[in-house]
Amino acid sequence: MPVMNIKKFSFTYPGVDHPSLKSITLPIKKNKITALIGPSGCGKSTLLRSMNRIHDLYPGNKYDGKIELLDLDTGKYQNILEIKKENEFIELRQKVGMIFQKPTPFPMSIFDNVAYGLKIAGIKNKSELKDRVENALKGSALWKEVHDRLDKSAMGLSGGQQQRLCIARAVAVKPEVLLFDEPTSALDPISTGAIEELIVELKKDVSIAIVTHNMQQASRISDYTAFMYLGDLIEYDKTENIFLNPKEKQTEDYITGRFG
Amino acid sequence: MEKIFQKLSLASATLVFVLLVGIFLTLYSAAKPAIDEFGLGFITNPEWNKEVVVPTAQDTANRAEALNSDDDAITDEDDVMIADEDDEIADEDEMLLDDEDESVTKTIYGGLVPIVGTLLSTLIALVFALPIAMGIAVFLAEIAPKNISNIVGIAIELLAAIPSIIFGMWGLYYFAPIVAGIVGGYQVSLLTAGLVLGVMILPFMAAITRDSMNTTPAVLKESAYALGATKFEVIKDIIFPYSKVGIIGSIILALGRALGETMAVAFLIGSIFVLPKAINDPTISIPVAMANNFGEASGLGESALFYLALILFIISFAVISLAKFYFLKKAK
Ligand SMILES: Nc1ncnc2c1ncn2[C@@H]1O[C@H](COP(=O)(O)OP(=O)(O)O)[C@@H](O)[C@H]1O
Ligand SMILES: [Mg+2]
Repeated sequence: MPVMNIKKFSFTYPGVDHPSLKSITLPIKKNKITALIGPSGCGKSTLLRSMNRIHDLYPGNKYDGKIELLDLDTGKYQNILEIKKENEFIELRQKVGMIFQKPTPFPMSIFDNVAYGLKIAGIKNKSELKDRVENALKGSALWKEVHDRLDKSAMGLSGGQQQRLCIARAVAVKPEVLLFDEPTSALDPISTGAIEELIVELKKDVSIAIVTHNMQQASRISDYTAFMYLGDLIEYDKTENIFLNPKEKQTEDYITGRFG
Repeated sequence: MEKIFQKLSLASATLVFVLLVGIFLTLYSAAKPAIDEFGLGFITNPEWNKEVVVPTAQDTANRAEALNSDDDAITDEDDVMIADEDDEIADEDEMLLDDEDESVTKTIYGGLVPIVGTLLSTLIALVFALPIAMGIAVFLAEIAPKNISNIVGIAIELLAAIPSIIFGMWGLYYFAPIVAGIVGGYQVSLLTAGLVLGVMILPFMAAITRDSMNTTPAVLKESAYALGATKFEVIKDIIFPYSKVGIIGSIILALGRALGETMAVAFLIGSIFVLPKAINDPTISIPVAMANNFGEASGLGESALFYLALILFIISFAVISLAKFYFLKKAK
């Protein structure tokens, strides 16, 4: 059962005369990792950023179609494109978290970074905050490295640690879906390995969509892969099929490195 | 080529330092007579340009001297004129001790009133301008649509460029009557001077704060929104801490400007050497005291003005260093 269903979704940026996404239909399956691949500028980030409506911080975008999010309690789907009120946006973003290309630690302590989402969600109880921060940091394989300096600024961490901190921060609010936009493209190979391991570990609890331009990464960690090209979804299938047995010529050309 | 450049930049850096020390030293030497005369008590003395009877301590000293001076005058014919005169006056003093008209007077100068006037008018300006400037900056950086933000932004920058004498005239003729109408009291007062100072530093603080808020990376704000933050929370928790350095910088510059502002304050503060008992009483500030009195001042009075200038120099220096220190510590 998909936790998100993207249906005939089109998207146009303001001042651009052609759509950046053209009628995309794609499921995000529960407790699976879905990779979005394709050459730069094909619309991967645009699609991902539609899934938590972060685009709507900026005015003037036009879109069409549906993006449905499964409510785990009621089993019903909600079309998130219909959201208009601030409290509904907040609810959506608590359910659908996002990790960005570059680590984005907030200008505050390590503890406060991880506790931030919880605090703004209204959790005030000190011991509950402590427990959830600790669990999130353990779940992000960062606890051992930072448990003795939780009150220090997050800016002092290495790039890889900062990115894991951002994952811990997103995980702490217990989202249903996590969106990763090229989370390792700014990191060294060792940090990249650690993040990849972590993402695989996380799918026990959340459903994951990850944009990557690194095809090895997609094949290593994802269960499903969607190949996009110039705003179109060319092919979506199980990852092994996409890489070993693609149906479309364009997909094959891309994964064999003939263009991209 | 590079060497010449290095030497030039070193020279200009040295020049700045030499200027700073040079200004301090010239102020100090010009203020020296007043410093010697009044000491640190200058700072706490509310009297300016007041004639007083020579303190009794000196009287008694003179009297003690006078007792021996008769002999001295006879035995030592080469005594200098001034000493003779001194003795004569001392003698007269002794004889006519009760008669005030004949006693020795001198003029004393104390800096308390202008020091208080400067600090309080600056404080009023800051308390008034800071929240409004922050509000404007937040509106321009985060709330207003781009085109409105641009237009208001230009207006703010123009406002910051208006010469202070115009603020002073506007303040006196249009602003002060309104303030006095609401709060009561005098139209020229600490309050109206402080508020007009506030209006003066406001656009400038707003513009710098807006600029530093605009340097907050979009992705950092998006990260907070992506966690379910509201606009208010993003401004409070992300944008303000991130642009703290710029905001404190704008406060420091505004403080420097408010402390030294002369023209606008001269129109509005009332320019009397009286300690204000209420916020809407007239008083005087250091720059205004200097500008108003330099023409006629000479001797000790002139030196006292230099003493005031030195104090303003030290206050500005201290305020700015404190703010810098605070911000450096915070930034760590
Ligand atoms: N804010 C924007 N305004 C206008 N066009 C944009 C904007 N962001 C992205 N685009 C365009 O939309 C297309 C898709 O971009 P993006 O989703 O970032 O691609 P990808 O993440 O696959 O590299 C590109 O052609 C890009 O130039
Ligand atoms: Mg992208």
